[in-house]
Amino acid sequence: MNFHERHVLVVFPHPDDETFGKAGLIAQYTQAGTPVTLVCGTLGQMGRNMGKPFFANRETLPSIRERELRNACKVLGIADLRLLGFRDKTLEFEDPEILVNQVQSLLEEIHPSVLLTYYPQHGVHPDHDALSAAAVTAVARLPITERPVVYASPVTKHARQELGPPSFELDVTPVLNIKLAALQAHKSQTEAMLKEWEAKIANSSVAHEEMMKSLSHEAYWTYPV
Amino acid sequence: MQPMDILAVQRALNQFANREIYLHLETTNGAYAAHRGEQAMAVCAYIRNGRIRYQRGTLAGHGPYRVGLKMESGWVYGEGLTDWEMDGQGRLLLAGHDAEGRLAIALELSESPFDL
Repeated sequence: MNFHERHVLVVFPHPDDETFGKAGLIAQYTQAGTPVTLVCGTLGQMGRNMGKPFFANRETLPSIRERELRNACKVLGIADLRLLGFRDKTLEFEDPEILVNQVQSLLEEIHPSVLLTYYPQHGVHPDHDALSAAAVTAVARLPITERPVVYASPVTKHARQELGPPSFELDVTPVLNIKLAALQAHKSQTEAMLKEWEAKIANSSVAHEEMMKSLSHEAYWTYPV
Repeated sequence: MQPMDILAVQRALNQFANREIYLHLETTNGAYAAHRGEQAMAVCAYIRNGRIRYQRGTLAGHGPYRVGLKMESGWVYGEGLTDWEMDGQGRLLLAGHDAEGRLAIALELSESPFDL
């Protein structure tokens, strides 16, 4: 796969969405010198993970997650971060046109050749579905020749049954250390999970191997726009 | 946040009584509860910057704790509270965390609106 692109626009609603299951591809792009702009819709203000042991509370979480996101961007080589300033869990209740317009103005400004977002209606989290729907709508409003290709990430368990096999699968082993560092950057959200993983793989080389295999694998579906 | 201090929290609840204040109240089992198969469905409710005035506010239980705020024409109730903090802005933050440290409930009182 060729990671040289004119510009990649990444559109997700929460800090850490860009890292879970997608950090490998993003790191491959930035390592190839492709400029990446990350659009983050909310600050994940309503997340329930607070660190383990917890160090955040409901009121400090937004600024902590913003700091974590900026660190993750540094790790991933993302030089351009745009915060849309919406509130966690509320995207589906905003006027959809507002979301579409936000993405549309970024498309016009950045002219990306690739857009990454969740797979519409396969996001599980309502914010995922609201923002991915807005993103593909905004792409569809561009003249055909100016549309970026959309690489979408489904979260649903039945994705392969409904969507068929992924358009491409990626072994991100060459950038696995970067992906792990990005996960660690989102400490409030990942600390409990990473500790659980460590315990699981501590005494089992089989579990370790499976974990690395799963972390090294990313799959993307081209969304027809 | 610190483990619940019954006397300090009761004192704070008394301070907020009979004043027009802002309430943040939420419970959640996580947006992925159903996806992960932990529970049948994801359940969450929150109200942010509800304006209330209560006459009597009480902390009850032996941990996790309950709070009941008796208003002129209604109640605010929360169960499963484990930790507290009076933050730098004079806001009373109460929360309930599960064994993994994940937030399951929050009940917060403030003189000024919470950030959006």
